[in-house]
Amino acid sequence: MARSSRKDPYVNPKLMKRIERVKVSGDQRIIKTWSRDSMVIPDMIGLTFAVYNGRKFIPVYITEHMVGHKLGEFSPTRTFTGHGGGDKKAKVTKTAT
Amino acid sequence: MPRIAGVDIPPNKRIEVGLTYIYGIGRVTSVKILREAKIDLNKRSNDLSEQEVAKIRDIIESEYMVEGDLRKENQNNIKRLIEIGCYRGMRHRLQLPVRGQRTRSNSRTRKGRRGTAIAKKKKATKG
Repeated sequence: MARSSRKDPYVNPKLMKRIERVKVSGDQRIIKTWSRDSMVIPDMIGLTFAVYNGRKFIPVYITEHMVGHKLGEFSPTRTFTGHGGGDKKAKVTKTAT
Repeated sequence: MPRIAGVDIPPNKRIEVGLTYIYGIGRVTSVKILREAKIDLNKRSNDLSEQEVAKIRDIIESEYMVEGDLRKENQNNIKRLIEIGCYRGMRHRLQLPVRGQRTRSNSRTRKGRRGTAIAKKKKATKG
């Protein structure tokens, strides 16, 4: 079920603080975060986050189309290496795009 | 045989059902439209007067998105999901169910006809 619109979109408070700081200072460093459940808000457009997927940080560059999705949606947690026999060439690995 | 919203020609059926031949209109929308136009739901498409058809056309044109426009919008939405590289977009790309359904069995609508693993794979990479 969707979150009540009476509340604002959820963004981890610490991450929020970080975003504000970056906005002021204009510093272009990647923001590492574990907060996969934070919503992408318009303030994040143009920033790059490194979103943790349980193993490593996947860089995610935020564009305006991504607003409203959550950070975790862009950082896949599973790796699919394909089905079946070994002689098939080059197993497809599904990591970050 | 009236023609509403472009190509659609609902045949010799009750108009309530006939309207659902238009992409984007199901039974609920159909009833809504007919209520608004004050047309008897049980009337056959053939027996509608010119004015009644015009009225239906009017309502659909002004209030609903149907056929080409709707298809285009849906496609654009999917394209957007694919382009931003999110999980749902990935599932679309792989031609697998998007909303968390199981894939160990079933999911035949998305995966297509049952076949060898290789055939399935070919289809998956195309989408």
